[in-house]
Amino acid sequence: MPSILILFAHPAFEKSRTHKELIRKISGLENVTINDLYEEYPDFDINVEREKELLLKHDILIFQHPFYWYSMPALLKQWMDLVLEYGFAYGIKGTHLRNKKIFNAISTGGSFSAYQKEGHNRYTITEFLAVFDQTAFLCKMTYYPPFVVHNSHLLSSEEIEDFSNQYLEVVTGLRDGIFSEDDLVRANYMNNLIGRPYTL
Amino acid sequence: MAKETFLFQAIIFLASAIIGVNIAKRLGLGTILGYLLAGIVIGPFVLGFVGEEGKDLMHVAEFGVVMMLFVIGLELEPNLLWRMRKLIIGLGGLQVLLTTAVIGGISFALGQTWQSSFAIGSILALSSTAIVMQTLSEKSLLKTASGKSAFAVLLSQDIAVIPLLALFPLLATKLPPIQRDNFISNFNGWQQTFIVLGAIATIIISGRYIIGPMFRWVAKTRQRELFMATALLLVFAIAELMVIVGLSPALGTFLAGVVLANSEYRHELESDIDPFKGLLLGLFFMAVGATIDFNIIKTHLFTVISLVFGLMLLKGAILFALGKLFGLKGDQNMLLAVSLAQMGEFAFVLFSFAGQYGLIDPELLSLLVAVVAISMALTPLLFVLNERQISPRFFTKEKDIRPQDDIDEQQKVIIAGFGRYGNIVGRFLRANGVSATILDNDSDRVDLLRKFGYKVYYGDASRYDLMKAAGAEKAKIIIIAMDTPQQCLEMVSLVKKDFPHLKILSRAYDRNDSYDLMEAGVDHLYRETLDSSIRLGADALKMLGQRAYQTQRAAKTFLKHDENSLSELIKYRNDSKSYINVAKEQITELEELILRDMKDEEILERDSGWDSDTLRKGAIKD
Repeated sequence: MPSILILFAHPAFEKSRTHKELIRKISGLENVTINDLYEEYPDFDINVEREKELLLKHDILIFQHPFYWYSMPALLKQWMDLVLEYGFAYGIKGTHLRNKKIFNAISTGGSFSAYQKEGHNRYTITEFLAVFDQTAFLCKMTYYPPFVVHNSHLLSSEEIEDFSNQYLEVVTGLRDGIFSEDDLVRANYMNNLIGRPYTL
Repeated sequence: MAKETFLFQAIIFLASAIIGVNIAKRLGLGTILGYLLAGIVIGPFVLGFVGEEGKDLMHVAEFGVVMMLFVIGLELEPNLLWRMRKLIIGLGGLQVLLTTAVIGGISFALGQTWQSSFAIGSILALSSTAIVMQTLSEKSLLKTASGKSAFAVLLSQDIAVIPLLALFPLLATKLPPIQRDNFISNFNGWQQTFIVLGAIATIIISGRYIIGPMFRWVAKTRQRELFMATALLLVFAIAELMVIVGLSPALGTFLAGVVLANSEYRHELESDIDPFKGLLLGLFFMAVGATIDFNIIKTHLFTVISLVFGLMLLKGAILFALGKLFGLKGDQNMLLAVSLAQMGEFAFVLFSFAGQYGLIDPELLSLLVAVVAISMALTPLLFVLNERQISPRFFTKEKDIRPQDDIDEQQKVIIAGFGRYGNIVGRFLRANGVSATILDNDSDRVDLLRKFGYKVYYGDASRYDLMKAAGAEKAKIIIIAMDTPQQCLEMVSLVKKDFPHLKILSRAYDRNDSYDLMEAGVDHLYRETLDSSIRLGADALKMLGQRAYQTQRAAKTFLKHDENSLSELIKYRNDSKSYINVAKEQITELEELILRDMKDEEILERDSGWDSDTLRKGAIKD
């Protein structure tokens, strides 16, 4: 059974409704480890060795974070800068992460239609996430499509609850190997694999 | 007329005391010499304000000595004595015995009677507790090896005074007038002994079982002056009891002090008696000054000078030898010898006591009083000489530095004081590749640091020449981390005056000290307790379940907020730094601080960039 590592980064977790619910739902699952980065490293002083060991122990990595300014919170960037070292994650000898799977689980205030060529964000989520895609590629990992929660500020508690169940389904589905590799690589959102796609 | 004379006398004594002590303090000579000089000035040989009545006055003033012994008794904590027993009995005991023997032997060889030789030897063996303790604490040397040894020696000297007071009457060649006729002489030998022992037992028993409850009963009235009156009554009563049974009043009060040293009222008693003791002792020293016969000194000027140097050299040599025996190293040992080489204020007490019993010839007495006074006056100079010339030259010698190193290793940072605070800063800098130049006055520490290759200068950092030697002219930053706020402030003013190009980073103790430093022109100051107490608070928040990152940010915000308040509140600082206002000021300041904590928007509305509430409201409106 593949094991999953959630690399969770939220600087104001105590104020977040969505991520609180998402995290709550997947806490305590078998073979799922949650690494709460802002709790672990409030001073941005990342213990690189610990992080590397965690990476080596898991098969599927999920960057879970709010989609701040079309990107990630500062600490996650710091994490990538320090942990994905040359010789470990990339480079000739940097093969330790080879064949691991990785994707983003993000929340954003913008709607699905806003993240289109014609929408006011002008690019799709997938385009914005090119940074992660290429990072995965350089580290010889497989980049999966993102799990996205749109309109996060407008959601009712019931809708949030619904999304957290979807997230649970995605995480356990990956862990239990339910999805076919073809579908995984082809889908634009992880949401589609459990039959809950966003549509225009 | 008599009344007028009394008032006139009081005015003369008080005024000259105030002026004399003030001047002496400013010259760094200490209060005792100030009183002594004032006494000399108003005495018959300079201004002649007081004449023969100086001697009568001495009897009144001797009560100051009685009180001093009471306070010394109070300060002798059994625990402390026990902990330092090796140094007190060994080093201290040997110093007193050996010095007494050598000086006494020389006097005997010079033709004094054996009684006189013993009195002179034992009296001159004692050093000046007041001067030495004050100097050592001013230079924060009390905690060094030599400081501790000096303290132990002074303690054993203080204790040695008691047997001396008891022994002198036994050696007496004539009886003082007050003792010729007293209550006890009506009894025969064994009855006298019985009464004396009874009196001592009375003091011990009442100290244990009666005085305590009595003070508690008085304390209930909450009248401070009543408590003071009780304390004075206690001292007077014991002194009178001792006079009745024919013993020395000083002895009795010392005993009472020791008995009360463990009582809960010890500190209160000490502070109540202290001003009386101080003034009466001052009067005593003035009387001593007024009775010095300058005609004798003038005719024996050479003798006096050679006595001063001979005696100090002799005492110093004995101390140096003993210090070596007790394992003190080079400069520490030298410091011990230098600090205790003078004769002390007890000499004045014991000389007048010995004079009453006719132990020492009055002419010689006058000479010796002058010798003691001069040796006391020389002590501060001797300290300076040791610090600047003797110690650096012979003991804490710089290791030879190759000339080219001097240029390469031009240190950019100077750390003044490598104690509790400075050592952390220094270690941190060194761990990050910056080896600062360190100035410190604890020679043990200096030795250790040199072993590890630190560049260390030994001595008082607030000296211009030392700073210059340490490269202050080329350095960029000075970190001031000395042990007391006073030292830090002095250092700041030296740097501001002589090395204005240096950036000052100073340790500060509390808000008040910070204000002092800010007023002295320090831009970068660091309150000792601020960071650590906020860190503690943040950890407490974390344990209560708040997010680590959130508490970290809260701590940072609060730190900034508190530093802002500091720089703003200094505007409201009351100009009058009078004693009464301080407490009140502090509480108003605390109130102001708490109000500001509650109002600061930075604290209340931090991180609104991450606040989804406002975004949510905005999103719903759209």
